[in-house]
Amino acid sequence: MAKTFKKPQALSDQPTHYCPGCTHGIIHRLVAEVIDELGIRGRTVGIAPVGCAVLAYNYFTFDFQEAAHGRAPAMATGIKRVRPDLIVFTYQGDGDLASIGMGEIIHAANRGEKFTTIFVNNTVYGMTGGQMAPTTLQGQRTTTSPAGRNVEEVGMPVKMAELISALETPAYVTRQTVLKPKYVVRAKKAIKKAFQYQLEGRCFSLVELVSTCPTNWGLTPVEAIKWAEDNMLPYFKLGEYKTPDTVEED
Amino acid sequence: MGKILMKGNEAIGEAAIRAGCLNYFAYPITPQSEVAEYLSHRMPEVGGVFLQGESEIAVGNMLFGAAGCGARVFTTSSSPGISLMSEAISYISSAQCPVVFVNIVRGGPGLGGILPSQADYFQATKGGGHGDYRLLVMAPASVQEAVEMVMKAFPLAEKYRNPVMILGDGLIGQMMEPVEFPEHLKSEPSNKDDWATNGMDTRKSNKPNLVKSLFLNAELLEEHNILLKAKYDRMKQEEVRYESYNVDTDYQALIVSFGTMSRVCRTVIDNLKTQGFETAMIRPQTLFPFPEEPIKQAALKESCKVVFSIELNMGQMVEDVERSVQGNRPVHWYGKAGGDVPTPEEVIEVIKSFF
Repeated sequence: MAKTFKKPQALSDQPTHYCPGCTHGIIHRLVAEVIDELGIRGRTVGIAPVGCAVLAYNYFTFDFQEAAHGRAPAMATGIKRVRPDLIVFTYQGDGDLASIGMGEIIHAANRGEKFTTIFVNNTVYGMTGGQMAPTTLQGQRTTTSPAGRNVEEVGMPVKMAELISALETPAYVTRQTVLKPKYVVRAKKAIKKAFQYQLEGRCFSLVELVSTCPTNWGLTPVEAIKWAEDNMLPYFKLGEYKTPDTVEED
Repeated sequence: MGKILMKGNEAIGEAAIRAGCLNYFAYPITPQSEVAEYLSHRMPEVGGVFLQGESEIAVGNMLFGAAGCGARVFTTSSSPGISLMSEAISYISSAQCPVVFVNIVRGGPGLGGILPSQADYFQATKGGGHGDYRLLVMAPASVQEAVEMVMKAFPLAEKYRNPVMILGDGLIGQMMEPVEFPEHLKSEPSNKDDWATNGMDTRKSNKPNLVKSLFLNAELLEEHNILLKAKYDRMKQEEVRYESYNVDTDYQALIVSFGTMSRVCRTVIDNLKTQGFETAMIRPQTLFPFPEEPIKQAALKESCKVVFSIELNMGQMVEDVERSVQGNRPVHWYGKAGGDVPTPEEVIEVIKSFF
């Protein structure tokens, strides 16, 4: 009998260090499935961020570079400029991409660097213990906003997909999630499109993924999914913000 | 090809191309922006990559990415820009990627000034970024030497899988001098299949390569640092370069000076000779590794009473000169750090005041 469900070749056998209920595992798998389906494992280079996914290279079976905090888009730019034939993606969290790496992501996107960014937004700095991030929701308690995010002091949470979409150059910007199976299917389609656009040499692409952090939110995995649906999805709205096709239509 | 008259900054850009480096990332900063201007048209002519990054922080990490996937790559900048790149330099050193950095030093600290300076001696030789790392640092004293050092820097960076820095100054960058480009210094890039993320298909392998600097396990980090140290120790054995001047005389004072300042010191030695007073110079061409033993031997000459470290800063190399002389002779510093280069007369006055 043939196996109908198996581990993607682009994923390694190593068990991940991620907490129970964390969505990194699902997102890793989606990226690996897409890389398998496109047959690009032998020419893909991933960029690991600083954050929970710093050890991502342990879970994939292709070349990886580990960036300084927030600098993954600059590193990807360096690779893609000197080796346009390689398929390059950055895998970044919200502290990495939307705080310390804001400059690098904006400029890489604006230059239209032909790599793909997988942006995992779970509203906190996970690896360092749940501190407030630029994406922490209004009133959300974290270890550095114990009374809840006070927007009078630190402003409203940053909506990265909208921000990148406001630039003229970037052509594929989307926000998806993996909170439910139906969303996972859509997220995979988005990730695949992003890699396809890169393969065709078309554009920079950003796939933002609304994610959970049960450990730092102090919730069970099931509660965390409900919390994200109730609190994150109304603010971080899902959808295709920009696609190369809509750009052409304009 | 004969000699041509060329500005230092442009000659540095051309030298990199002739060394086979076709990838350049940079951010504008005085007094070296002419390198980027020159390469913005030269790189496309030779089918190379030119990119002006959004900051030196980004540029440093572009270099890291490009070198990490096996490309020969370089940048040029000046002091405050090198401070911003120091984050990447630390990571690049740990991840053992070959990158060439040219620092056309300006005065500091802070924004300082744009005139010639050697105030980044500490930053270049002692590590401007965090952690235990060393750069191989070369200091040219002429445009011709800058060209030769840039061309040597790439094979050295690849031999050691380590960043190499050329420490120039505003005078070297801005001055026009006759240069001759060596035609045959071009070297083939080394084999990077063992470590670079050049794609498994490229190297016909099924084993992923990983370029990283994180070692959470204490034993592994210790092992990594021991490996890096062994490399720096090997540089000390194999890469020390210096030039001696007037050392065959019974000199009474030894000067240690590098780069632009050493050119003035040469005139000082010549002028003092006409007055019947012999002095000599050791000019370090590599600042790391530092020519410790040659300086010590030169200082130990019986006729030599005193050693001077003459620099365009407030006294940085003097610490290495003291370390080299090991207390066998008194060591004195003289220098200026505002951008004025001391005249031969000023230096002569200082030397004579000790006799």
